[in-house]
Amino acid sequence: MHPAFSVIFFTVSSGAGFGLFALLVLADLLGLGGGLSIDQKLTAGGLALFLVAAGLSSSVFHLANPKNAWRAFSRYRTSWLSREGVFAVMFYPFAIAYLGLTWLDMSQLAVLKVVVGVMAAILAWVTIFSTGMIYACLKTIRQWNSPLVPANYLALGHFLGGLLLLLIANNGTVEIGSYVAISIGLSVVAGMLKAIYYFWINKPGATSTINTATGFTRGTVRLLDTGHTHGTFLTEEFGFQIARQYAIMLKVFVMVVGFVVPVLMLATGQASQTDIYVAIALASLGVVAERWLFFAEARHVVNLYHGAQRT
Amino acid sequence: MRLGLVIDLDVCVGCHACAIACKEWNASGTTAPLTDYQPYGAKPSGVWFNRIRSYEVGEYPHNKTINFPMSCMHCEDADCVTVCPTGASYKRAEDGIVLVDQTKCMGCNYCSWACPYGARELDRESGTMKKCTLCIDRIYDTFMPVEERQPACVLTCPAHARMFGDMDDANSAVSVVIRERGGYQLMPELGYNPTNHYLPVRKATPISTENLGKLGFKGRLKGVVNKVVKR
Repeated sequence: MHPAFSVIFFTVSSGAGFGLFALLVLADLLGLGGGLSIDQKLTAGGLALFLVAAGLSSSVFHLANPKNAWRAFSRYRTSWLSREGVFAVMFYPFAIAYLGLTWLDMSQLAVLKVVVGVMAAILAWVTIFSTGMIYACLKTIRQWNSPLVPANYLALGHFLGGLLLLLIANNGTVEIGSYVAISIGLSVVAGMLKAIYYFWINKPGATSTINTATGFTRGTVRLLDTGHTHGTFLTEEFGFQIARQYAIMLKVFVMVVGFVVPVLMLATGQASQTDIYVAIALASLGVVAERWLFFAEARHVVNLYHGAQRT
Repeated sequence: MRLGLVIDLDVCVGCHACAIACKEWNASGTTAPLTDYQPYGAKPSGVWFNRIRSYEVGEYPHNKTINFPMSCMHCEDADCVTVCPTGASYKRAEDGIVLVDQTKCMGCNYCSWACPYGARELDRESGTMKKCTLCIDRIYDTFMPVEERQPACVLTCPAHARMFGDMDDANSAVSVVIRERGGYQLMPELGYNPTNHYLPVRKATPISTENLGKLGFKGRLKGVVNKVVKR
């Protein structure tokens, strides 16, 4: 699949935003590290809303006909893409209400604050899950058609969100031990899930082949002629291929720079604010590389008609 | 009613006439235009509803070239329709034709990802997804002679390799030929249940080449006459 930058940025940014907001609500409910100050909660919530908004608006840039984008909210009964949009928009009123109630800080409204906060967190989780399901529901792409895909999206969103929450919590007034532990735990889970995914897609399993695609199942099939002189929409959108060695190098980069180095930096126990900034930068770089690879390694079955023996 | 095409791989000669006729008709049809990019330039490309590929099946000397036209299969379980977030993609209840409402499409490409057959192509000029309409503006046109109310590709095929009809009617010409010739669907394992069927190559005994060296009496006489008579 052709890796489109707008979609990579969109999924990484909005995933981190939803992850950050869900973790903020949990940290607030549990009073982690003695509880965040109101300013910290508003900063974290504002950053989360900004990341989600930036992601959603970036997703509009990959549309060829954005004037009809508003219609994308209409087919939520069958389409995960539509569901993602609906849940993302439903998230906003609850998230803004939660931040508003946090700012007001009135004890009479504490229960309401918990309710809207939990609703916002649930909608954040459902939205990230929907983002993953956009890809996981496609039977045409073996590398995506797996429950590991929404699991990865959820884990990576919370991984980046956890690091951002740690950055905001680390201002000296909050006991940050639990925030560091959560960040390390999330990176271990996200890294392991990604490793399982990489292991899984390496195994071809039972897939469509050029034989089932053409129906000539009793002999070898070779492409003689594609029928076009230059590229087509199909070759542009689905023809992208990544060399095997290059993909392995990138996977090592994702694992080392995205997960191992940030964990080691935090695990020292005396991470300064600068260290956390660097850890976030490295983790984001790792997740962007992961997302690029997620598209680059996906092989659509239409390539069988262009001569690929299997996907 | 379940309208679709049957393509006879035994007689398709790979002339691309169906693709040309399709382009000609649909360039001014309901989803017109089918934009071309650099049609006379170094990198000609553009939107087509119908593409013909050629494959070699088997190993030499038991190999065979098979020409393989592909357009929208008008699947019964069309994921391209269910994944569409805007409702632009739809399948008609009355005849099973899958269409894209050009006024609703936002050009997200998601339906083309869901299609295993490469039937959908984005028109960069209009920013909308385009696909085979089964010539819906021909087959229901009561101003046309009845025999011309067929898709342009079917009418133009010089080898009669393409047939159009109702797969739901067990006695229609397409249903009969699917039954008798073992018509099959492409990539059935994905479960899209495509309406279009393909007829496999017939099993034909090869013409013997063993006795070509030995001539009978008639042949030898001809040989003598050919030597005697000057032409």
